Formats: sequence, C-alpha cells, structure tokens
Amino acid sequence: VPDADRTDTGIALEQPMHGGEHNVSVATNAAVVAATLPSAIGGVDVARSKRLGIMGWFAMVWLGLVVLMALVPGLFPVTDLHSRSLDAITNDSFGPSLAHPLGLDVSGYDLLTRIVYGARASLLVSVGAIVFAMLIGGTLGLIAGYFRGIIDTILTGILNILLAMPFLVLALAFVAVLATGDNVSYAKRVSVVLLSVGIASIPPLARITRANTLAWSEREFVLAARLQGAKNRRIIWRDVLPNVMPAMFSIALLGIGLIIIIEGGLALLGAGVPATIDTPSWGNILASMSPQLFLGKPWGVFAASLAIFLTVLSLNYLGDVVRARFDVRESVL
Amino acid sequence: VGGEPVNVVLRRVGQLAIVLFVVTVLTTLLFSLLPGDLAEVSIPFGSDEQRAALREDLGLNEPLPVQYGRWLGHFVKGDLGDFYRQGNVTSVRERVKATAPVSLELMLYAQILALAFAIPLGIFTARRAGSLPDKSINTTAYGLLAVPEFVLGLILAYVVGVELKWLPPQGFVRWNVDLGEHLRSMVLPAVSLAIGQVAVYMRLLRTDLVATLQQDFILMAKSKGISERRVMWRHALRPSSLTLLTAAGLNVGTLIGGTIIIERVFNLDGMGHLIFEAINERQIAALQSLIALVAAGYVVVNFLVDILYAVLDPRIRRA
Repeated sequence: VPDADRTDTGIALEQPMHGGEHNVSVATNAAVVAATLPSAIGGVDVARSKRLGIMGWFAMVWLGLVVLMALVPGLFPVTDLHSRSLDAITNDSFGPSLAHPLGLDVSGYDLLTRIVYGARASLLVSVGAIVFAMLIGGTLGLIAGYFRGIIDTILTGILNILLAMPFLVLALAFVAVLATGDNVSYAKRVSVVLLSVGIASIPPLARITRANTLAWSEREFVLAARLQGAKNRRIIWRDVLPNVMPAMFSIALLGIGLIIIIEGGLALLGAGVPATIDTPSWGNILASMSPQLFLGKPWGVFAASLAIFLTVLSLNYLGDVVRARFDVRESVL
Repeated sequence: VGGEPVNVVLRRVGQLAIVLFVVTVLTTLLFSLLPGDLAEVSIPFGSDEQRAALREDLGLNEPLPVQYGRWLGHFVKGDLGDFYRQGNVTSVRERVKATAPVSLELMLYAQILALAFAIPLGIFTARRAGSLPDKSINTTAYGLLAVPEFVLGLILAYVVGVELKWLPPQGFVRWNVDLGEHLRSMVLPAVSLAIGQVAVYMRLLRTDLVATLQQDFILMAKSKGISERRVMWRHALRPSSLTLLTAAGLNVGTLIGGTIIIERVFNLDGMGHLIFEAINERQIAALQSLIALVAAGYVVVNFLVDILYAVLDPRIRRA
C-alpha cells in the first residue's frame, strides 16, 4: 500500500490532544489524511452506507468473477491461450465481435481469453504482496502499539524513514537488479515483483495497525483481561487483534487495488510480469498493446483498462463499506 | 511536535540526512547483490581494459563501505556515472540536464491544472453540499480515483490524439523551440496526471469548506454584510490553503511515480524515460545514480513542504 502513508486512519492518536489550538491542527491533519482515502468523499453517501447496496453487490459479484477467473479460467467462454485467429490479421479486423467480445490483439489472440487468464498473475502479485505485508507489518504494528515505550519509538522511527522513500523507484530498482536479463525464470521474476511491492507496503500497514492497536489496548476489557492475569500474547491475540482486523482489512482491500494499478505501471516500464503468450497479466496486456493504440488498434488497452478499473473500483468500494460497517474511523478517534 | 521553529527545522534536517543516507546505502547494497560482474553487465561489448577501468572507478574490488564512499564522493560532486553504448559513452549528468526539465515542467503543469480545477469545484460543491450537482460531481471523483493515470493517458491519447486528431498523441517539443507546440504536446500528459489529483484535492477542499462554513467567524462576516463571494474567497478558503499544501506535499510521491509512467506512455524524453533506458540496457551504475537522485528529490520536496507548512501556520509556529 505504497500511498497509504496518507491513509493512516488513526493519525490523530499519535499526538496527544492538548489545548484547543492544538486540536485544530490535529484535526486538519486527520482530515487531510482522510480525504485522500476513497471513502472520505466527505460525509457524502457515496460509500458511507453500512449496507452493501446495489453498488456493493456489483462489487462483490465482479470480484467473485475475478477470483473465479484466477482459479478456474476454464469456466469462462475462453479459447486456448495459443489459438490465434489468422482471419483477423488477413482482414485487418481486430474489433469486438460475437466470437470475440473484447476483440483481438494484433497477433490475433482473443482478448477475453487473455484477460481471463491474466487475472491470475494480477491477483497473485497484488494479493500475495498484501498478505505478505499484513503478516509482517501487522505484527510490527501490534507489537509497537501494544508494548509502546522504547520498542515503539524504534519501530516508529524506522517506519517513518521507510515511509519517506520513493516506493515506485525502489521497486523498479529491485526488479531491475534482481530479475532482469535473459535467463530469469517467470517464477523468479514474479516473486521479485511480488516481494518488492510487498516490502513497500509494510510501513503503511504497520502504521495503521499500530494506531489502531494504541486505541484498542487502552480499553477497559484489555485492562480487565490483564487484571485477570492473562498473558500479553493472549491479550493481543484474543482482545486486541480481532478489533484491529477491520481497519487492517479495509486498508488491505484498498492496497490490493493500488497494487493492481502498480503492476500495470511496472509493466509499462518493462519491470512487471513478463509478457509472453503463456503468462498474461492485466498490466502486461496493457503495456504490450499500448503501442498498437497509437496505430488505431486500441482494443487490447481498452480490455485491460476495463478489467483494472472495475476491479479497483470494487475494491475501493468494499474497503469503504468495511470501514463504515465497523466504524473504523469513529472507533479510533 | 513543538519546540522552537529553529529546533523543528534542525530536527527535520537531521531526519532528511538519515533518510538520504539510508536510501543511498540501500541502493548500494542492492546493486552489490547483482549476480555477476557489474562491469561485465554494464559494458558487455567493451574491452578488458575498459572493464578494468570501470571496476577501478566504481571501486568494485574494494569492500562495500569503500565502494559506497567512492560512489557518494562522485555523486556529491555531480558525477553521476556514464551510459555505455557500443561506440559511445554519454555522461548521465548531461542526460539528466536534458531530461529533468521535461519531468519538472510536466509535474508543474499537472499541479497547476489540478489546483485550477479543484479549487472552483471544491467551492462549487461545498456551497451546494448535498444537492444533486454535488452528489454527481462527488460520485464522478470517486470513480476517477479508480482510474490509473496511465489508463487515462492512453485513452485520452487515443480519443483526442488518434481519433479526433486535436492534439499530438505522442512526442514532445521544447518550449524554446516552439512555445505553442510545446504546450500542445504537454496538454494530454499533464491532464492525465492532473485528473486524479483534481479528485483528491477537490474532495479535500469540499470537506474542509463544509466544516469552515459552519464556524462562527463566517456567520460574523456574513452578518457584517460582506458579500458571499468575498466571504468564501477571503475568509473561508484561507484556512484550507494549509490543508491543500499538506496534501500537495503528500502527493509528491504519487506525482513522481505517475510522471515516470506517463512519460513512457506519451514518449516524452524525461527522467522516467532515462530510468527506463537504464533498466532496459542494464546500465547499473547509471541506474544507481538516477534512483538516488529521484529519491533525494522526493525527500527534499517533502522536507520543504514540511518547513513551509511550519512557517505558514501560526499554530505550528507557536506550538
């Protein structure tokens, strides 16, 4: 979640509230942070409802389809990844038709097929990176927020330094150094992309977890558990974590969307999932088809853009619903 | 937070130094992880003497701290290394001099465009909070947040550039060659970068203004008979300028990333293009300097925004 350093829902906690004047500036900070989140369309009810609503169901259905594409692409009306329509090339007609609803790419491959199969790589990278970042960043955030003191000071210091780094450029460097060249395997390249994006997502996730943990471990039931003699590990696991989860989860949804976008950006820069016939990803379809757009054949770019847009929109929306439903912001402030 | 302004600045300078140090050490470490011989990778076509010279120059035979020290020495003096191509060597510094203005211009145009649209839209929606136009503008902005700038760029290039032929879909003209063509070549890239930012700034300003407009001093101003326009621009908008400044600072990272990618999309000869070349041609030494340079730019801008913020906001100055 590279940009989520501004999506810290609990930033106001980090400063003690003093006099009135100070409160104002703290509130402004929080507002700035909040407004850069998709949810914060001010108080306007774009996604503030606690119910799913029609938009929410759309989002769920689309994401369900995307997951199915990634797991069992055969369920969809797809052709073989290697089958080409040579007619299209001889007739120079690549636009959408009944047989090829999203059109064909310039080599005559069916774009719907490539998009369906591409879901796997796009989801693998984005979900994988976020899960990795949640495990590490979440643990760090819980430890820092729960134990406070010197551990917190050190961890927060390190996180602040990491947050000040330009993430896309570093991810580029990672991929360029560790996984470019002729003899780099697909698996290696994908894992390097996944890890470099995942590492960059640790600091924001850790910060959000920390802020929420700070708030929840102040609560009476944590004190009660402690007075009953519960061990720290048990308190974190049973009392704090379940309450911090909704915030982490809603940020994770936004983060997955962001990484799907970043995968596209990396692909355009030649540092994404490698583009071969067998390994489509939404990003590399978009990147490899973008020169064709300037020659008047935009179908590849359109198809990949649509898939990315619908998925990111759905993830943003559901992230907001989770936040509204669990009153994440309210409970933290 | 707190302390004398001088202390705040000093602390921030310290932080700046640490971040710069960590970033550059990290890149050195990263590049030392590179499998194979760095000189071999950079100039596979060169002679053995040339490679030996490069190795000596980069300190590849020395331990890492020495290597880092040598690199830092070069970097601080403005020696960013070379681009090796068969038959010619160009200094990265010259390339940066030629390409950096393009990227900076693009970022500047995008930022101006974003604010020029976001401020009126923010005021417009805040005054009509809850109305149909407000809701539809907000919903559109929400949707735009899910559109990556490169998607926007490609679609604009296709519709406006390729189909309608209103503007050049790709390419770049320097402003000192032909100002009109320069601006025409920058419209699409700048708009693609700006639209996402418009959504962010507008929503921020709207939320901020809705809250400000309920404050007593606004009622006071209105009851003195000051026109609504004046109340809005002089009284209500003023406190929000700090919020916008903060947001602009936080946005620098996104903007740099977006610029690198948009340059690729529109084939502009900027820093992003240079980085892309360095990656593709495996010019590792050049890449290391470029990354350090972008990282330094990013960190310094964030630092400046922080300082500016502290200077502008009396609450922070006094706190």
